[in-house]
Amino acid sequence: MVSSGIAEMDALTGGLPRGCLTEICGPASSGRTTLLLAALAAATRRGEFCAVVDASDALDPQSVAAAGVELDRLLWVRCGEESHHAEHRLEQLLRVADLLLESGGFGLIALDLADLPTQTARRIPLTTWFRFRRAVEHTPTVLLAVERQSIAGSCSSLLIKLGLRKLSASENRVSELQEDSQIAPTHAQLLTGLEITAELVRSRLERKPVRSAEITFTSKTAWAG
Amino acid sequence: MFACIFVPNFPVAAVFRAEPELRARAVAIFEGKPPLEKVFAVNQGAARMGITPGMTKAQAELCSGLTLRPRSLLQESAAHAALLDCAQSFSPCVEDAAVDTALVDLEGMESLLGTLPEIARGIFRVAADLGLDVNVAVASNPDASVLAARGLSGVTVVSPGKEGESLGSLPVEVLFAERWENKESAGKRKEDEQKESARLLATLERWGIHNLRALAALPEVALSERLGQEGLRLQQLARGAASRTLVPVEAPAVFEEAIELEYPIVLLEPLAFLLNRLLEQICARLASRALNTQELRLTLELQNLTGADPQLDIFGIPSESDEGQSRRSSLAVGHSQSLPAFGAFANDRRPTTNDASQHFVSGRQNKFCRTLRLPLPMLDSKLFLKLLQLDLNAHPPGAPITKIHLAAEPARPRSAQGGLFLPPSPEPEKLELTLARIAALVGEARVGSLELLDTHRAEGFRMRQFVAAAPEASRQKSSTEERSAVAALRLFRPPLRINVTLENGEPIALVCSKKKEVQGSVLWKAGPWRGSGDWWEREAWARDEWDIALQTVDTVVLYRLVHDLLGGAWFVEGTYD
Repeated sequence: MVSSGIAEMDALTGGLPRGCLTEICGPASSGRTTLLLAALAAATRRGEFCAVVDASDALDPQSVAAAGVELDRLLWVRCGEESHHAEHRLEQLLRVADLLLESGGFGLIALDLADLPTQTARRIPLTTWFRFRRAVEHTPTVLLAVERQSIAGSCSSLLIKLGLRKLSASENRVSELQEDSQIAPTHAQLLTGLEITAELVRSRLERKPVRSAEITFTSKTAWAG
Repeated sequence: MFACIFVPNFPVAAVFRAEPELRARAVAIFEGKPPLEKVFAVNQGAARMGITPGMTKAQAELCSGLTLRPRSLLQESAAHAALLDCAQSFSPCVEDAAVDTALVDLEGMESLLGTLPEIARGIFRVAADLGLDVNVAVASNPDASVLAARGLSGVTVVSPGKEGESLGSLPVEVLFAERWENKESAGKRKEDEQKESARLLATLERWGIHNLRALAALPEVALSERLGQEGLRLQQLARGAASRTLVPVEAPAVFEEAIELEYPIVLLEPLAFLLNRLLEQICARLASRALNTQELRLTLELQNLTGADPQLDIFGIPSESDEGQSRRSSLAVGHSQSLPAFGAFANDRRPTTNDASQHFVSGRQNKFCRTLRLPLPMLDSKLFLKLLQLDLNAHPPGAPITKIHLAAEPARPRSAQGGLFLPPSPEPEKLELTLARIAALVGEARVGSLELLDTHRAEGFRMRQFVAAAPEASRQKSSTEERSAVAALRLFRPPLRINVTLENGEPIALVCSKKKEVQGSVLWKAGPWRGSGDWWEREAWARDEWDIALQTVDTVVLYRLVHDLLGGAWFVEGTYD
């Protein structure tokens, strides 16, 4: 097991398992990319090389650098061009993933399917996930899949579900987002962070059955200090 | 002791090195300008058919079963370079005696490489690996070894003091070795030398002197009176008693191979077969000198295209601006940054910034150049072949190929200290091939590592070549300091254009026509945060950024809005996730 880069997550799951498939799922703004970048930062800090196969070409270089990822150790594969359909991007992602898993030597390989429509992502057959799982078995590679909903079924050894609990702003702590919750002027407001809930839905790494456990962790924006 | 490596019938040997399948056939090499081409050299098979040097090409073509090849100076140069590489792999002291002869000083080598016969056999084997059929002779002085190599085939070791006895049976012609230099470059001096040699040989023939033993037995005074100093010199050579020092040369580190095709190639598969052969030869030569390579340059000469086509009048060397437009600055398989090896081009070339291949069109010749740049020095011919195949699949030449030229830039082999506790890292050779395959799938500019640029402009980054540096070197940069999680942004590329409802200049609702789920009322907002820059450039930018919480159908999503102050449009740049 290796650190995910977030202490609360490590306490919940014990870390990310090597040689296994881990799924991180949740809707938009649920902290998936935050967790992904934290894991990448932890892996590159350990001296490992990482790869992100970005199906939607959504990675923000500024966020990657702010998260502490060592850019020299990160391989970024940007699938598809602007005009390419989701199916084409998905096909590229699967073929690139096959090549990277065959090449070996990476500490962490992340498949970023977060922005692909769920019905498109569900087209990945279970045999493909099984093949990916077999490819990383008995290797030191952590295979991460970031998606909206769980699609790998029983092939994933760890399934984490994320959700947004609340956001933090500098002048106004908003506990319940309502239409009239804007107290200070907008120019005095500053988004300082997100409070994320994480639920361990499934873990095949422990013998005893896992009861769904939930934790909360906070992420800060790069300018929050 | 000295070893001589001699390549018999050098021009033919150079062709056989490039096309080994011709060894079993009758082959004649011709040179000259059409229609006055003449046979220049023949192998034994062609000689048995009655083909002799000096015949016209037209006469030779009348013989069925004869294979004709034009003389290729590049192939001969490559064969000569291989000969020197073979010599240098046994001793640092090598003399470049002639285009077909190399002399090696074996002083002190016995303690390293074994006995003299073992060394001689080793030289023979290495030469064979490099594609050369050679004679190897070892003797106590350079000239005796040269004569023995020229006169005796295979491997010969002449014992010290027995030179005269060993060389005695050789014909006197061996003293006047044929020189294969280009007649045009050698000039009149070579012609005079040849005439003098012919005169001396004729004189010896008239005297009934047919072998070196007879020449060595002639009285010195009488010989000098009739043939002068040259006669005495020849007698010393015949006795194996000539003594001189070696003139060592540093063999140039030029690793080039070329092959001219009888018929143009139109498919990539046969091209790959020939490339494999050239790569194996280059890699063998590099290995013999304990070198690797970090750059391969492939130049293909294409069949002449009839008619001028403006679309093809392109000169594809990429400019710095091309590389700045999110292309990798040093691609593993990418653009050549230098002019190709072949010389003058026509004056009608015009630059372009569009085409990645270098494709020259002139009145006489088309050339297609690709450069393979590796992140680390490597020496794996199979890997190089696969990388070239992937590159040619992505950038096909576009015309039949008539000539192939491959050059490798030598580099010192990389050294890496392994360790038990080092983190895993990809193997450089495997990684290079994987990256080339990925680039073939997604595009060369869409795979690599990130480099942030010193700008506040959106998308201020560029892609560069991903190199899995040695763990020791990169370990020094790593920090064990734990950081708190940083809220990440996911970008939309390109940003999503939206219609925004404003109230007092602040967004309160938005709709995106391109992405239906991006619409709703704004629950919370922060901003605007104004940014601008490059006002002194043509591509000035100015924008206001808003962070908003949007109530969509299912959930609340945090977006970053951008209001382009110059164009007036509103965009959703990304999602906080």
